[in-house]
Amino acid sequence: MMYDGSKILLGLVIFLIAVTFPFWFSWVNEKSGFVPEPKLPEGEESCVESAEYMKALHMDLLNQWRNAVVRDGRRVYVSSSGNRYEISLTGTCLGCHSNKAEFCDQCHDYVGANPFCWDCHVDTSVSRGEGK
Amino acid sequence: MDESKRGFLKIAGCSVLGVLGAAGMRTATDVGPGGKAVESSTTLSGKKWGMVVDSQRCLENEGCTACIEACHSTHNVPNIADPKEEVKWVWKESYEHTFPTQSHEYTKASLKEKPVLVLCNHCEDPPCVRVCPTQATWKREEDGLVMMDQHRCIGCRYCMVACPYGSRSFNWQDPRNALQGGINPEYPTRTKGVVEKCNFCAERLAKGQEPACVEACRKSAGAGALLFGDLEDPESEVSKLLSEKFSIQRKPGLGTKPQVYYLV
Repeated sequence: MMYDGSKILLGLVIFLIAVTFPFWFSWVNEKSGFVPEPKLPEGEESCVESAEYMKALHMDLLNQWRNAVVRDGRRVYVSSSGNRYEISLTGTCLGCHSNKAEFCDQCHDYVGANPFCWDCHVDTSVSRGEGK
Repeated sequence: MDESKRGFLKIAGCSVLGVLGAAGMRTATDVGPGGKAVESSTTLSGKKWGMVVDSQRCLENEGCTACIEACHSTHNVPNIADPKEEVKWVWKESYEHTFPTQSHEYTKASLKEKPVLVLCNHCEDPPCVRVCPTQATWKREEDGLVMMDQHRCIGCRYCMVACPYGSRSFNWQDPRNALQGGINPEYPTRTKGVVEKCNFCAERLAKGQEPACVEACRKSAGAGALLFGDLEDPESEVSKLLSEKFSIQRKPGLGTKPQVYYLV
């Protein structure tokens, strides 16, 4: 028969609790169900491209914008809907999304993305004293 | 047999020309989901930008630093006192150091110690571009500017070794800590670990403006000591001046073909 059966069972229970920790912890703890809520600019109808595209692939667009300006000297973006925008992270993006901390950082902090855009590009909300 | 070979060569030749032609006429880059990037309509066009420094006129107002201040505040160039870590795009150097091949033992004293305005020469054959391992610096074929892509710079400083004019500075420290005058949001700063230099105001040319130093000089007491224009255009101010007056370049013997010319 089983030797020290109770101890083994106790160990198994502790093991199961530990293994399933992420599941029951998020179930018990409401805060861990946090979903980032980037604050959208008020009074603006649309971004340079559709919201779905921007959510999924804004980093691709920004990389292509960067190459277009820096390498090819092309500083105007004609969007798929035909609107023209100046290609500028600080000017155009932050022009509407004026608070980086309430917009960019919301998701980036959540997923641990740490883009180095702002090491050089100027976050105007900081100079206005609104950002972090 | 011969007929079909000739036909094949004709078609092949036409296709190659077609592809080359299409590539040559490519004026837009496809970007994003069906969008494209195009040149700004305000861009000043020039085939070969160059500068003329009238050093005599500049010397008439020896203490004037209008161009340096304008450049450095426009481009967020940090003000670091330590010469080992300083960053500069345009500055003053003694005549003797600016033109080592033009000065000698008996160069008149009034000239030898005098300051001359120096900056990146935007060489026609830039040694910095040759040595850059990441193509972070390159020569823009359409207008001759020697450009710098801070995103690609890995801070190896080969370009600084290659440049015979000392036109490049390395960021040994975070430049934002040394921008006492505040940051101009219109232009990015740099980060620790990259090389920077004068860009002939590529971002201002795109807006139809002349370089910041030239604009500041025009408004200052030394008005007109700095001139900028297209050297390929015989009607431009710089071309006319160079064809009329005696001018020199810095270290011409090195074969870099500098595009900053000095009237002395």
